[in-house]
Amino acid sequence: MPEDRINSFMSGPDENGRFGIFGGRFVSETLMPLILDLEAEYERAKTDPTFWAEMDDLWAHYVGRPSPLYHAERLSQHLGGARIYMKRDELNHTGAHKINNVLGQIILARRMGKTRIIAETGAGQHGVATATVCAKFGLKCIVYMGAHDVERQAPNVFRMRLLGADVVPVTSGRGTLKDAMNDALRDWVTNVRDTFYCIGTVAGPHPYPAMVRDFQSIIGKEVRTQIMAREGRLPDTLVAAIGGGSNAMGLFFPFLDDKDVRIIGVEAGGKGVDDRMEHCASLTGGRPGVLHGNRTYLLQDDDGQILEGFSISAGLDYPGIGPEHSWLHDVGRAEYVSITDKEALEAFQLSCALEGIIPALEPSHALAHVMKIAPDLPKDHLIVMNMCGRGDKDIFTVAKHLGVQIKT
Amino acid sequence: MTRPMTRIDQTFARLRAEGRKAFVSYIMAGDPDLDTSLQVMKGLPGAGVDIIELGVPFTDPMADGQTIQLAGQRALEGGQTLQRTLDMVAAFRKGDDATPIVLMGYYNPIYSRGVDRFLADAKAAGIDGLIVVDLPPEEDAELCLPAQAAGLNFIRLATPTTDDRRLPKVLTNTSGFVYYVSITGITGAAAAQAADVGPEVARIKAQTELPVIVGFGINTPEAAQAIAGVADGCVVGSAIVKEIGAGKSVDDVLAFVRGLADGAHRA
Repeated sequence: MPEDRINSFMSGPDENGRFGIFGGRFVSETLMPLILDLEAEYERAKTDPTFWAEMDDLWAHYVGRPSPLYHAERLSQHLGGARIYMKRDELNHTGAHKINNVLGQIILARRMGKTRIIAETGAGQHGVATATVCAKFGLKCIVYMGAHDVERQAPNVFRMRLLGADVVPVTSGRGTLKDAMNDALRDWVTNVRDTFYCIGTVAGPHPYPAMVRDFQSIIGKEVRTQIMAREGRLPDTLVAAIGGGSNAMGLFFPFLDDKDVRIIGVEAGGKGVDDRMEHCASLTGGRPGVLHGNRTYLLQDDDGQILEGFSISAGLDYPGIGPEHSWLHDVGRAEYVSITDKEALEAFQLSCALEGIIPALEPSHALAHVMKIAPDLPKDHLIVMNMCGRGDKDIFTVAKHLGVQIKT
Repeated sequence: MTRPMTRIDQTFARLRAEGRKAFVSYIMAGDPDLDTSLQVMKGLPGAGVDIIELGVPFTDPMADGQTIQLAGQRALEGGQTLQRTLDMVAAFRKGDDATPIVLMGYYNPIYSRGVDRFLADAKAAGIDGLIVVDLPPEEDAELCLPAQAAGLNFIRLATPTTDDRRLPKVLTNTSGFVYYVSITGITGAAAAQAADVGPEVARIKAQTELPVIVGFGINTPEAAQAIAGVADGCVVGSAIVKEIGAGKSVDDVLAFVRGLADGAHRA
């Protein structure tokens, strides 16, 4: 950590929850006192060793951390350039990075005496993680999920129900992650007194973007230690997929002040980032606006109406992005690129074939970008990509795109 | 600080002199289409409405229940934009220069247009006040302060979760009136109870000279009377929007509104 906080990229957000112009607390008055309570509780927890002791214990024994940092040797050879490492967060309990954050928020909820947990979910990974931790602690769990996602992520819906959660299909809008978040907020405003809203990504009103980032930063902290042990130096390039951007923020954050580390976030390019807007690349194809409690880059029309994104990956299908990413984009500390559905599908198959790892469609986007840049990089160039979720949930979607009929 | 009186201030001064409660009605601009909603709007003062709240449609109305969500969708599908809503107000003003108009909605369409440009256009169109659901006092610098400087009232929501510690913060920089949200919840949901609302209104009035108007969960003339009786007036939104959504004629909608207004004015 540098002495000079002024020139640090790690000092945000400010006391108003802003990263530059991004972030903030754009919520209705009903929610405002809760958000201030949450902020105070989180500030207390952050410096409370007993809070982190509980987290560390659960991360180690319930989640299975640290997750391995794996040298993808055949993939590196195949691409013929950079040395590629995968951060194996898909090996976590519940199969994705989402549980890192959920544990933190549920422990906070318990400290605040909340008995009812609500969550939104896109691909279902955050919903499954929330349902899981709620089952472990005996808390009531309600998960809002877009009706369209309920259909394309059927295995995760069943998983959540097995874990005792109420899964509420959301039919407003186009029935995806954004609409699920709207309904979760409507639930919260109605049940403020006993309910904790467990947000799954680095978005929403302050303190959520900072809090979720802090919980997910375990990913980047482990990578620092692991790569030092393996290679004796820091990586040259970090690559992670971005919907809201929590796995990416978790990997990137501990490296923000290491100026020599190149940081690349990969947005979902859907059918291609162009005027048809059939994508979810908020930074590449959007402009700043206010939605779901924060100012950030959004896909929107000239009238400020929010557009529906499009992606093969339900987890990236969101028209916004965490405010800290918007800021990192504007100040130039991180680069943001996009990958199409087609490119992600190719990467998905390559990972299966060469590494024996079935990736989720979300990190397949990150991997697809690695496939683009690795061949032209020298053999001693170290890339770490975040394998943030496993692909079991996606096999039906992939089969459909490959023209294969899976009998059930 | 003395500000020039807006139509809202004048209306409350008149009502106070007459010893009457205010009846405020909400409709969504452009629902089900621009012409129909303008016709309804023009008929509201004659149906007994003292202040018109005009909803600005938004794709993601997080504080609204299904009735108003669907109204917003109908309006957007009909091509309603913020510009058309401003034009609608200007058209209304040609025949009515007295009834206050408050725009109610979410921040992004305003932010997208640009705050300064929006305020100038809103003032020129004849808008008197703004209620922007997702701008709490913590974000006053965004729109609240510029709006007051431009001569528009910025009407804030106070809610059951706004405790005494927080109330002064909510009341600072509020003007026109205070909108007390009678329930923790979204529009058109639970029914407001006068017995619960009365003490809350008194709590707010102990800290401000501004009129306190109560909204959310009021859907019958009886409820309008009961709630207006414990406050300076009441707002009805979803119940009216539901009539419009059911395809009722303009006359039928206005007759329904008259019933509610009469209820509130009996208080």
